[in-house]
Amino acid sequence: MENQDFFDSQLELWEVFLQQEQGGPHTHAGSLHASDAEMALQNARDVYARRGPVFNIWVVPSVMITSTTPDDKGPFFDPADSKIYRHPQFYKVPKGVRNV
Amino acid sequence: MSEVHHNRSVNNSLFDYLLCIGDDLLILGHRLSEWCGHGPILEEDIALTNIALDCIGGASALLQFAGQIECKGRTEDDLAFFREAVEFKNLQMLELPNGDFAFTIARQFLFDTFGYFLYGELSKSTNKELASIASKLYKEVVYHQRHSIEWVYRLGDGTHESHSRLQAAFDELWMYTGELFSVEENHLILLEEKIIPDLTKVKPQWHERISEILSNATIAIMPEEDLYFSRGSRKGLHTEYLGHLLSEMQILARSFPGAKW
Repeated sequence: MENQDFFDSQLELWEVFLQQEQGGPHTHAGSLHASDAEMALQNARDVYARRGPVFNIWVVPSVMITSTTPDDKGPFFDPADSKIYRHPQFYKVPKGVRNV
Repeated sequence: MSEVHHNRSVNNSLFDYLLCIGDDLLILGHRLSEWCGHGPILEEDIALTNIALDCIGGASALLQFAGQIECKGRTEDDLAFFREAVEFKNLQMLELPNGDFAFTIARQFLFDTFGYFLYGELSKSTNKELASIASKLYKEVVYHQRHSIEWVYRLGDGTHESHSRLQAAFDELWMYTGELFSVEENHLILLEEKIIPDLTKVKPQWHERISEILSNATIAIMPEEDLYFSRGSRKGLHTEYLGHLLSEMQILARSFPGAKW
Protein backbone atom coordinates (compact mmCIF):
# COMPACT_ATOMS: atom_id res chain seq x y z
CA MET A 1 0.00 0.00 0.00
CA GLU A 2 2.87 2.36 0.70
CA ASN A 3 3.94 2.08 -2.92
CA GLN A 4 0.46 3.06 -4.01
CA ASP A 5 0.66 6.24 -1.90
CA PHE A 6 4.01 7.09 -3.35
CA PHE A 7 2.69 6.65 -6.88
CA ASP A 8 -0.24 8.97 -6.12
CA SER A 9 2.05 11.78 -5.00
CA GLN A 10 3.54 12.03 -8.49
CA LEU A 11 1.99 14.35 -11.04
CA GLU A 12 0.73 13.02 -14.37
CA LEU A 13 3.24 11.61 -16.84
CA TRP A 14 3.85 13.44 -20.15
CA GLU A 15 5.94 12.55 -23.21
CA VAL A 16 8.17 15.21 -24.72
CA PHE A 17 8.95 15.61 -28.44
CA LEU A 18 11.52 18.11 -29.68
CA GLN A 19 11.83 19.61 -33.15
CA GLN A 20 15.35 20.81 -33.75
CA GLU A 21 14.76 22.81 -36.92
CA GLN A 22 11.82 24.22 -38.80
CA GLY A 23 10.21 21.55 -40.97
CA GLY A 24 12.10 18.74 -39.22
CA PRO A 25 10.47 15.87 -37.36
CA HIS A 26 9.49 16.05 -33.69
CA THR A 27 11.51 13.29 -32.06
CA HIS A 28 10.85 11.72 -28.68
CA ALA A 29 13.20 13.19 -26.05
CA GLY A 30 11.87 11.55 -22.88
CA SER A 31 9.13 11.95 -20.30
CA LEU A 32 8.38 14.09 -17.26
CA HIS A 33 5.79 14.82 -14.58
CA ALA A 34 3.45 17.81 -14.73
CA SER A 35 -0.03 18.78 -13.51
CA ASP A 36 -1.12 20.54 -16.71
CA ALA A 37 -0.03 21.31 -20.27
CA GLU A 38 1.65 24.65 -19.46
CA MET A 39 3.67 23.07 -16.64
CA ALA A 40 4.59 20.21 -18.98
CA LEU A 41 5.84 22.68 -21.60
CA GLN A 42 7.85 24.64 -19.04
CA ASN A 43 9.33 21.48 -17.52
CA ALA A 44 10.17 20.17 -20.99
CA ARG A 45 11.98 23.42 -21.71
CA ASP A 46 13.93 23.18 -18.44
CA VAL A 47 14.68 19.47 -18.55
CA TYR A 48 15.22 18.77 -22.25
CA ALA A 49 15.56 22.00 -24.22
CA ARG A 50 18.06 24.13 -22.35
CA ARG A 51 21.07 22.72 -24.20
CA GLY A 52 21.32 22.54 -27.95
CA PRO A 53 19.09 23.96 -30.67
CA VAL A 54 15.33 23.51 -30.27
CA PHE A 55 12.75 25.05 -32.58
CA ASN A 56 9.53 23.63 -31.18
CA ILE A 57 8.27 21.39 -28.33
CA TRP A 58 5.29 19.05 -28.21
CA VAL A 59 4.06 17.59 -24.93
CA VAL A 60 1.50 14.77 -24.89
CA PRO A 61 -0.10 13.07 -21.87
CA SER A 62 1.42 9.60 -21.77
CA VAL A 63 -2.04 8.03 -21.28
CA MET A 64 -3.02 9.32 -24.74
CA ILE A 65 -0.44 7.10 -26.40
CA THR A 66 -1.59 3.68 -27.54
CA SER A 67 1.25 1.26 -28.03
CA THR A 68 1.75 -2.15 -29.60
CA THR A 69 2.76 -5.05 -27.35
CA PRO A 70 5.59 -7.57 -27.90
CA ASP A 71 2.90 -10.07 -29.02
CA ASP A 72 2.07 -7.80 -31.97
CA LYS A 73 5.55 -8.18 -33.36
CA GLY A 74 4.78 -10.92 -35.91
CA PRO A 75 1.49 -9.73 -37.40
CA PHE A 76 2.43 -6.04 -37.29
CA PHE A 77 6.02 -5.90 -38.36
CA ASP A 78 6.87 -8.78 -40.70
CA PRO A 79 8.13 -6.82 -43.68
CA ALA A 80 7.42 -7.65 -47.32
CA ASP A 81 11.06 -7.60 -48.32
CA SER A 82 10.37 -9.27 -51.69
CA LYS A 83 8.73 -6.12 -53.10
CA ILE A 84 11.50 -3.57 -53.03
CA TYR A 85 9.40 -0.83 -54.61
CA ARG A 86 7.37 -0.71 -51.39
CA HIS A 87 10.35 0.76 -49.54
CA PRO A 88 10.97 4.49 -49.71
CA GLN A 89 14.67 3.82 -50.33
CA PHE A 90 13.64 2.48 -53.78
CA TYR A 91 12.90 6.04 -54.92
CA LYS A 92 15.45 8.77 -55.53
CA VAL A 93 14.82 12.14 -53.89
CA PRO A 94 15.33 15.08 -56.27
CA LYS A 95 18.16 17.42 -55.41
CA GLY A 96 17.07 20.49 -53.52
CA VAL A 97 14.40 18.68 -51.47
CA ARG A 98 15.30 18.93 -47.80
CA ASN A 99 13.87 17.52 -44.59
CA VAL A 100 12.10 14.59 -46.23
CA MET B 1 37.71 70.42 -16.08
CA SER B 2 34.01 70.50 -15.30
CA GLU B 3 33.38 67.89 -17.97
CA VAL B 4 36.01 65.61 -16.42
CA HIS B 5 34.35 66.17 -13.06
CA HIS B 6 30.94 65.43 -14.56
CA ASN B 7 32.12 62.19 -16.18
CA ARG B 8 33.64 61.10 -12.91
CA SER B 9 30.36 61.71 -11.10
CA VAL B 10 28.47 59.72 -13.74
CA ASN B 11 30.93 56.84 -13.40
CA ASN B 12 30.76 56.82 -9.59
CA SER B 13 27.03 56.82 -9.76
CA LEU B 14 26.90 54.11 -12.44
CA PHE B 15 29.27 51.94 -10.42
CA ASP B 16 26.92 52.17 -7.44
CA TYR B 17 23.88 51.50 -9.60
CA LEU B 18 25.46 48.41 -11.18
CA LEU B 19 26.19 47.06 -7.70
CA CYS B 20 22.50 47.53 -6.81
CA ILE B 21 21.09 45.59 -9.75
CA GLY B 22 24.02 43.14 -9.87
CA ASP B 23 23.74 42.29 -6.17
CA ASP B 24 19.99 41.72 -6.62
CA LEU B 25 20.72 38.90 -9.06
CA LEU B 26 23.69 37.54 -7.13
CA ILE B 27 21.80 37.22 -3.84
CA LEU B 28 18.59 35.90 -5.40
CA GLY B 29 20.64 33.44 -7.48
CA HIS B 30 22.35 32.20 -4.33
CA ARG B 31 19.05 31.77 -2.50
CA LEU B 32 17.55 29.87 -5.44
CA SER B 33 20.62 27.64 -5.64
CA GLU B 34 19.82 26.50 -2.09
CA TRP B 35 16.81 24.70 -3.58
CA CYS B 36 19.14 22.45 -5.59
CA GLY B 37 18.37 18.90 -4.49
CA HIS B 38 15.40 20.06 -2.36
CA GLY B 39 12.77 20.94 -4.99
CA PRO B 40 9.23 19.58 -4.50
CA ILE B 41 9.61 17.43 -7.62
CA LEU B 42 12.61 16.70 -9.83
CA GLU B 43 11.38 18.88 -12.69
CA GLU B 44 10.82 21.90 -10.42
CA ASP B 45 14.21 21.36 -8.82
CA ILE B 46 15.75 21.69 -12.29
CA ALA B 47 13.57 24.71 -13.12
CA LEU B 48 14.64 26.61 -9.98
CA THR B 49 18.28 25.73 -10.53
CA ASN B 50 18.07 26.97 -14.14
CA ILE B 51 16.65 30.27 -12.92
CA ALA B 52 19.43 30.46 -10.31
CA LEU B 53 22.00 30.02 -13.08
CA ASP B 54 20.39 32.78 -15.15
CA CYS B 55 20.52 35.10 -12.12
CA ILE B 56 24.17 34.35 -11.38
CA GLY B 57 25.06 34.78 -15.07
CA GLY B 58 23.36 38.20 -15.03
CA ALA B 59 25.11 39.16 -11.78
CA SER B 60 28.43 38.15 -13.31
CA ALA B 61 27.90 40.40 -16.36
CA LEU B 62 26.75 43.39 -14.28
CA LEU B 63 29.49 43.11 -11.65
CA GLN B 64 32.15 42.66 -14.33
CA PHE B 65 30.91 45.85 -15.96
CA ALA B 66 30.89 47.55 -12.53
CA GLY B 67 34.55 46.55 -12.06
CA GLN B 68 35.44 48.09 -15.44
CA ILE B 69 33.61 51.31 -14.60
CA GLU B 70 35.33 51.53 -11.22
CA CYS B 71 38.80 51.29 -12.84
CA LYS B 72 40.45 49.80 -9.75
CA GLY B 73 41.12 46.41 -11.30
CA ARG B 74 38.42 44.57 -9.36
CA THR B 75 36.86 41.59 -11.14
CA GLU B 76 33.29 40.34 -10.72
CA ASP B 77 34.63 37.67 -8.33
CA ASP B 78 36.40 40.30 -6.21
CA LEU B 79 33.15 42.23 -5.97
CA ALA B 80 31.07 39.14 -5.17
CA PHE B 81 33.36 37.49 -2.64
CA PHE B 82 35.39 40.24 -1.01
CA ARG B 83 32.82 42.82 0.00
CA GLU B 84 31.20 42.99 3.46
CA ALA B 85 27.44 42.92 4.10
CA VAL B 86 27.21 46.72 4.50
CA GLU B 87 28.71 47.13 1.01
CA PHE B 88 25.99 45.02 -0.59
CA LYS B 89 23.17 46.95 -2.28
CA ASN B 90 20.66 44.18 -3.01
CA LEU B 91 16.99 44.47 -2.07
CA GLN B 92 16.33 43.07 1.41
CA MET B 93 13.50 40.97 0.01
CA LEU B 94 16.00 38.86 -1.90
CA GLU B 95 18.22 37.95 1.06
CA LEU B 96 15.35 36.58 3.19
CA PRO B 97 15.56 32.81 3.76
CA ASN B 98 13.67 30.73 1.19
CA GLY B 99 10.91 29.68 3.61
CA ASP B 100 8.51 27.18 2.07
CA PHE B 101 7.96 26.73 -1.67
CA ALA B 102 5.09 29.27 -1.61
CA PHE B 103 7.37 31.93 -0.11
CA THR B 104 10.07 31.29 -2.71
CA ILE B 105 7.48 31.55 -5.50
CA ALA B 106 5.85 34.70 -4.08
CA ARG B 107 9.22 36.46 -3.85
CA GLN B 108 10.19 35.26 -7.31
CA PHE B 109 6.92 36.52 -8.75
CA LEU B 110 7.35 39.98 -7.18
CA PHE B 111 10.93 40.24 -8.38
CA ASP B 112 10.26 38.80 -11.86
CA THR B 113 7.48 41.31 -12.54
CA PHE B 114 9.80 44.07 -11.26
CA GLY B 115 12.64 42.79 -13.46
CA TYR B 116 10.32 42.58 -16.45
CA PHE B 117 9.72 46.34 -16.30
CA LEU B 118 13.22 47.29 -15.12
CA TYR B 119 15.19 45.38 -17.75
CA GLY B 120 12.69 46.33 -20.45
CA GLU B 121 13.34 50.02 -19.70
CA LEU B 122 17.09 49.55 -19.14
CA SER B 123 17.49 47.94 -22.56
CA LYS B 124 16.79 51.45 -23.96
CA SER B 125 19.64 52.95 -21.89
CA THR B 126 21.94 55.49 -23.54
CA ASN B 127 24.80 53.39 -22.17
CA LYS B 128 25.24 50.74 -24.87
CA GLU B 129 26.93 48.16 -22.62
CA LEU B 130 24.19 48.41 -20.00
CA ALA B 131 21.49 48.28 -22.69
CA SER B 132 23.02 45.13 -24.12
CA ILE B 133 23.23 43.32 -20.75
CA ALA B 134 19.66 44.43 -19.97
CA SER B 135 18.21 43.07 -23.20
CA LYS B 136 19.64 39.64 -22.40
CA LEU B 137 18.22 39.84 -18.87
CA TYR B 138 14.87 40.92 -20.30
CA LYS B 139 14.69 37.83 -22.50
CA GLU B 140 15.41 35.61 -19.50
CA VAL B 141 12.99 37.34 -17.14
CA VAL B 142 10.13 36.92 -19.60
CA TYR B 143 10.55 33.18 -19.09
CA HIS B 144 11.10 33.41 -15.32
CA GLN B 145 7.90 35.39 -15.08
CA ARG B 146 5.95 32.82 -17.04
CA HIS B 147 7.18 30.20 -14.58
CA SER B 148 6.36 32.14 -11.41
CA ILE B 149 2.96 33.41 -12.61
CA GLU B 150 1.78 29.87 -13.35
CA TRP B 151 2.77 28.80 -9.83
CA VAL B 152 1.01 31.80 -8.28
CA TYR B 153 -2.20 30.69 -10.02
CA ARG B 154 -1.74 27.04 -9.06
CA LEU B 155 -0.95 27.69 -5.40
CA GLY B 156 -3.28 30.67 -4.88
CA ASP B 157 -6.28 29.07 -6.54
CA GLY B 158 -5.28 25.54 -5.47
CA THR B 159 -6.02 23.78 -2.21
CA HIS B 160 -6.86 25.42 1.11
CA GLU B 161 -3.32 24.76 2.32
CA SER B 162 -1.53 26.07 -0.79
CA HIS B 163 -3.73 29.17 -0.77
CA SER B 164 -3.07 29.98 2.89
CA ARG B 165 0.67 29.42 2.52
CA LEU B 166 0.86 31.70 -0.52
CA GLN B 167 -1.29 34.37 1.13
CA ALA B 168 0.96 34.25 4.22
CA ALA B 169 4.01 34.63 1.98
CA PHE B 170 2.65 37.75 0.26
CA ASP B 171 1.59 39.20 3.62
CA GLU B 172 5.15 38.79 4.88
CA LEU B 173 6.82 40.06 1.70
CA TRP B 174 4.68 43.09 0.99
CA MET B 175 6.57 45.38 3.42
CA TYR B 176 9.72 44.84 1.33
CA THR B 177 8.14 46.02 -1.94
CA GLY B 178 8.11 49.72 -0.97
CA GLU B 179 11.64 50.35 -2.20
CA LEU B 180 11.53 48.43 -5.48
CA PHE B 181 10.94 51.58 -7.47
CA SER B 182 12.57 54.21 -5.29
CA VAL B 183 15.21 56.33 -7.00
CA GLU B 184 18.33 56.98 -4.95
CA GLU B 185 19.64 60.53 -4.76
CA ASN B 186 23.08 59.47 -5.97
CA HIS B 187 21.51 57.93 -9.09
CA LEU B 188 19.71 61.10 -10.20
CA ILE B 189 22.61 62.04 -12.45
CA LEU B 190 22.08 58.74 -14.34
CA LEU B 191 18.44 59.62 -14.78
CA GLU B 192 19.39 62.98 -16.29
CA GLU B 193 21.73 61.23 -18.72
CA LYS B 194 18.97 58.73 -19.59
CA ILE B 195 21.26 55.90 -18.53
CA ILE B 196 18.58 54.58 -16.19
CA PRO B 197 14.79 54.95 -16.49
CA ASP B 198 12.53 56.86 -14.11
CA LEU B 199 11.05 53.87 -12.31
CA THR B 200 8.51 55.93 -10.39
CA LYS B 201 6.65 56.12 -13.72
CA VAL B 202 6.78 52.34 -14.08
CA LYS B 203 5.49 51.57 -10.59
CA PRO B 204 1.77 52.00 -11.44
CA GLN B 205 2.14 49.54 -14.35
CA TRP B 206 3.84 47.04 -12.07
CA HIS B 207 1.17 47.49 -9.42
CA GLU B 208 -1.62 47.05 -11.93
CA ARG B 209 -0.03 43.91 -13.32
CA ILE B 210 0.54 42.15 -10.01
CA SER B 211 -2.89 43.23 -8.70
CA GLU B 212 -4.55 41.63 -11.71
CA ILE B 213 -2.61 38.38 -11.40
CA LEU B 214 -3.02 38.13 -7.62
CA SER B 215 -6.71 38.84 -7.88
CA ASN B 216 -7.09 36.00 -10.41
CA ALA B 217 -5.12 33.82 -8.00
CA THR B 218 -7.56 34.82 -5.18
CA ILE B 219 -4.71 36.43 -3.21
CA ALA B 220 -5.34 39.70 -1.35
CA ILE B 221 -2.83 42.58 -1.31
CA MET B 222 -2.43 44.67 1.81
CA PRO B 223 -3.66 48.26 1.51
CA GLU B 224 -0.59 50.53 1.34
CA GLU B 225 -1.69 53.00 4.02
CA ASP B 226 -1.83 50.28 6.68
CA LEU B 227 1.72 49.22 6.31
CA TYR B 228 5.26 49.93 7.38
CA PHE B 229 7.65 49.62 4.44
CA SER B 230 11.24 48.58 4.98
CA ARG B 231 13.82 50.80 3.26
CA GLY B 232 17.54 51.38 2.94
CA SER B 233 18.69 48.32 0.95
CA ARG B 234 20.40 50.47 -1.66
CA LYS B 235 22.39 52.21 1.09
CA GLY B 236 23.62 48.92 2.55
CA LEU B 237 21.00 48.42 5.27
CA HIS B 238 20.17 44.75 5.53
CA THR B 239 18.37 42.14 7.57
CA GLU B 240 20.30 39.80 9.84
CA TYR B 241 20.09 37.12 7.14
CA LEU B 242 22.52 38.65 4.64
CA GLY B 243 25.60 38.10 6.83
CA HIS B 244 24.81 34.41 7.19
CA LEU B 245 24.22 34.07 3.47
CA LEU B 246 27.50 35.81 2.65
CA SER B 247 29.51 33.74 5.11
CA GLU B 248 28.43 30.63 3.22
CA MET B 249 28.74 32.16 -0.24
CA GLN B 250 32.14 33.74 0.34
CA ILE B 251 33.96 31.19 2.51
CA LEU B 252 35.58 29.23 -0.31
CA ALA B 253 36.91 32.28 -2.14
CA ARG B 254 38.20 33.75 1.13
CA SER B 255 39.77 30.55 2.45
CA PHE B 256 41.50 29.78 -0.85
CA PRO B 257 42.03 33.12 -2.62
CA GLY B 258 42.42 32.66 -6.37
CA ALA B 259 41.28 29.01 -6.20
CA LYS B 260 40.45 27.53 -9.60
CA TRP B 261 38.63 24.35 -10.52
